[in-house]
Amino acid sequence: MTYRVGEAHSMGFQVFVPFSPWSWLLLLVALKCPEASSDLNESTNSTAQREPNVRFAAAGSEPDEKISVFALDYDYVQIPYEVTLWILLASLAKIGFHLYHRLPGLMPESCLLIIVGALVGAIIFGTDHKSPPVMDSSIYFLYLLPPIVLEGGYFMPTRPFFENIGSILWWAGLGALINAFGIGLSLYLICQIKAFGLSDVNLLQNLLFGSLISAVDPVAVLAVFEEARVNEPLYMMIFGEALLNDGISVVLYNILIAFTKMHKFEDIEPVDILAGCARFVIVGVGGVFFGVIFGFISAFITRFTQNISAIEPLIVFMFSYLSYLAAETLYLSGILAITACAVTMKKYVEENVSQTSYTTIKYFMKMLSSVSETLIFIFMGVSTVGKNHEWNWAFICFTLVFCQIWRAISVFALFYVSNQFRTFPFSIKDQCIIFYSGVRGAGSFSLAFLLPLSLFPRKKMFVTATLVVIYFTVFIQGITIGPLVRYLDVKKTNKKESINEELHIRLMDHLKAGIEDVCGHWSHYQVRDKFKKFDHRYLRKILIRKNQPKSSIVSLYKKLEMKQAIEMVETGILSTAAFSVPCQAQRIHRIKRLSPEDVESMRDILTRNMYQVRQRTLSYNKYNLKPQTSEKQAKEILIRRQNTLRESMRKGHSLPWGKPAGTKNIRYLSFPYGRPQPAGRDTRVAELTDNDSSDSELPSIMFKAHSRAGILQESRLTQEIIPMKSLPRGGKPSHFGYQRNTSQEEHDGRGRRGALRPKPLFHAVDEEFESGEESGEETSAIRSRWSGEHRPTRQHHRSHSPLLQRK
Amino acid sequence: MRGVRRAPGIAGAGSRGPVSQASLLRLYHRFRALDRNKKGYLSRMDLQQIGALAVNPLGERIIDSFFPDGNLRLDFPGFVRVLAHFRPIDDEDPGIRDPKEPEPLNSRMNKLRFAFQLYDLDRDGKISRHEMLQVLRLMVGVQVTEEQLESIADRTVQEADEDGDGAVSFLEFTKSLEKMDIEQKMSIRILK
Repeated sequence: MTYRVGEAHSMGFQVFVPFSPWSWLLLLVALKCPEASSDLNESTNSTAQREPNVRFAAAGSEPDEKISVFALDYDYVQIPYEVTLWILLASLAKIGFHLYHRLPGLMPESCLLIIVGALVGAIIFGTDHKSPPVMDSSIYFLYLLPPIVLEGGYFMPTRPFFENIGSILWWAGLGALINAFGIGLSLYLICQIKAFGLSDVNLLQNLLFGSLISAVDPVAVLAVFEEARVNEPLYMMIFGEALLNDGISVVLYNILIAFTKMHKFEDIEPVDILAGCARFVIVGVGGVFFGVIFGFISAFITRFTQNISAIEPLIVFMFSYLSYLAAETLYLSGILAITACAVTMKKYVEENVSQTSYTTIKYFMKMLSSVSETLIFIFMGVSTVGKNHEWNWAFICFTLVFCQIWRAISVFALFYVSNQFRTFPFSIKDQCIIFYSGVRGAGSFSLAFLLPLSLFPRKKMFVTATLVVIYFTVFIQGITIGPLVRYLDVKKTNKKESINEELHIRLMDHLKAGIEDVCGHWSHYQVRDKFKKFDHRYLRKILIRKNQPKSSIVSLYKKLEMKQAIEMVETGILSTAAFSVPCQAQRIHRIKRLSPEDVESMRDILTRNMYQVRQRTLSYNKYNLKPQTSEKQAKEILIRRQNTLRESMRKGHSLPWGKPAGTKNIRYLSFPYGRPQPAGRDTRVAELTDNDSSDSELPSIMFKAHSRAGILQESRLTQEIIPMKSLPRGGKPSHFGYQRNTSQEEHDGRGRRGALRPKPLFHAVDEEFESGEESGEETSAIRSRWSGEHRPTRQHHRSHSPLLQRK
Repeated sequence: MRGVRRAPGIAGAGSRGPVSQASLLRLYHRFRALDRNKKGYLSRMDLQQIGALAVNPLGERIIDSFFPDGNLRLDFPGFVRVLAHFRPIDDEDPGIRDPKEPEPLNSRMNKLRFAFQLYDLDRDGKISRHEMLQVLRLMVGVQVTEEQLESIADRTVQEADEDGDGAVSFLEFTKSLEKMDIEQKMSIRILK
């Protein structure tokens, strides 16, 4: 993480190329054969058409053809077949892309999709194959666009969104308008210059082009600088812009198309313009209104689905889609409707549906949007490699230039104004990042492609220009934004830090995250509180299921623990075989001279294995759901904490001092470890195991799972997990590793001493422990460990006698 | 609420107070929100119920740092006092500070001292090798073996330890971090 080097870039391509040759081969073969057969079919069909009567007659009397055993009917499946091939191809490429783990951090995934699309386009062009008509207006607007927007709306983190909603609306709304009109007007002025041969492009067409080229897709680059941990409001601005931008562009686009379809340009009066503005507002607000209504309806319905949880995802998707369609019927903005629907219903639906439905919904949404986007990009690639381009140097270059200029203008101007009203203004660095993340995506291309040719005789030029802008922004800006963000972040990325510094930095990051969590989120209190009150009093009562068993969370947690414990044992983390540790005492006095490689490897270990600091923002990746590492990490930490908590609660059980080791069996409960010397350790382990199986209590199962194996480990885990009260039955105390301190013999010798060891656990006897300092390593280890970890108050001691009695 | 500002301990070090007025108000709201049973003080349990702290590897220690000297109750001044360490350092008026007044809580030294206390559990003023090892254990995933951890802890102490006593004192700690931008790492914007 601290060392990003550029050479990764070149190596990345080698990785996913191996995948591609197979796919290309497959694709080529697949296309060639059908080629041949479709020609064949063509000819047979044509002959048949020439003499239909003959055919029927022939069929009536006696067939002159044999029934063919093998036949190829490619036409029948052509469209779904090729579409499926495309999607598979993109998925294979994505697998390759992610295999090399540094690559996603270098370039956005849209780059990959575009490359795949271009390759498919090249193949189709090369084989002169007619590509299936995936993209026409109705298919795009009815089937391809809604999933993309739904996914964006669903995964948006609501709290930061509403906290920053003023800035987001101001920036997204006005920004889109400024960009659209700015670019349109500037291009119009350019078109007026006779030398470029563009004078037939009138103002309306330029404005329309401006509106479609200003549809940015900045979320695509979020994955690239995610690691730089941009601050939350910045993240939200980018996300919010992406979300609202599509909707606004489409609304503008439709209005301008309506204008274009109207009378000629000269007939447009100010009244029309005002009507256009009013329409803009109504379309936007109306769409949101529809979306909210549908969101509430679907949340309400999910309240009753506990018995047929299989249809829960269906309800969610169908209602969202319905909101889109209903809004489109009334010429309102379907995009804003579906976004509002997703945002509204998310909170309630998540509480109502079962865990598996929730997961299904998330994954299915990602899948749908990913399929849509893939198809659009591939189609973009197909139309790139083709003969239908019109290249006009002036138009294209100026388009590029104006896109950047107007984006810069809108960013800096709008943020300057909104900073006056914000408690935490956006710095210039943030604004630069926002400016630079103006990457265009599938949205612009689709709108350009769907321009009606009748109204736009120079449509090809527009398409070419759009393609150029997309390629430029995605590749050049997408790849360079990572280094730019890291540079702006003033991170000393290239300097090798010493191990000390790494450790301390990570500690401070964790500390800072923790303190931030203690401080909580600060927002506009009044509005949020009022909404929360309203929500609690009315909405939740209506929309959320009654009798939500709170214990479902608890049982889930326990299941997690048990499952993890079982896994750990099975994967050998807690294997007893790993035991054998040199004596502790000598270590500390010997100052080892470490070679640089050792230091290097240590640093490596640290970097790779230290827990990540918790991201306070929901980090959003457009193409992937968050990988499991953070969950795994959270589980580990939680389990460890649970154990230390339980341990600390059990500290109250006092071990009567001075009892010889032998008698501690009976009172094992009172102190967590200390086991008579395991001459027959293995047999004892076996016995423990047997006992364990009879135990039904979940927590203790886990403990036993650990204790059974975890006696004398090197594995760090045991030190954290094991020292819980293990409740071995039948009076066999479990032995908690004095971790590295013990070889068998040592342990034998210290049996009695071992009995005293747990002492430092207890508050009450801390002071006595201090005197035991001379025992050296182990004791100080335990002391620092326990007294540090467990400082719970004395009241805990007494409260836990009931637990004691139970056994 | 007005009285909070004048409550003992809130006045803090320096004329500017530990945190700004606006932040103080927000912290007070937060304190009230955390205090579920409206007891007027916070107990450990209240802080433990902050979900996000539970998955923080240093969660327990952070909570401990709010309860110094074995206190059981955290009142509002104490709450603010701890959080004041994380206020961003003002660059504005370095010269105005009266040298006789105690250092403001959010000075670099005090921030470092706060971090130091996370390591030094027994408060002996030194981070022993074991304390370092404890912290390492907390912060590293389960797949690292004990031996590796020990050698890393060894090395860490060795790097910082100058007087050869096998432990890292506070001065050695500060020295090892002199190149770090502590102010930025241990500052929280919202406490400005």
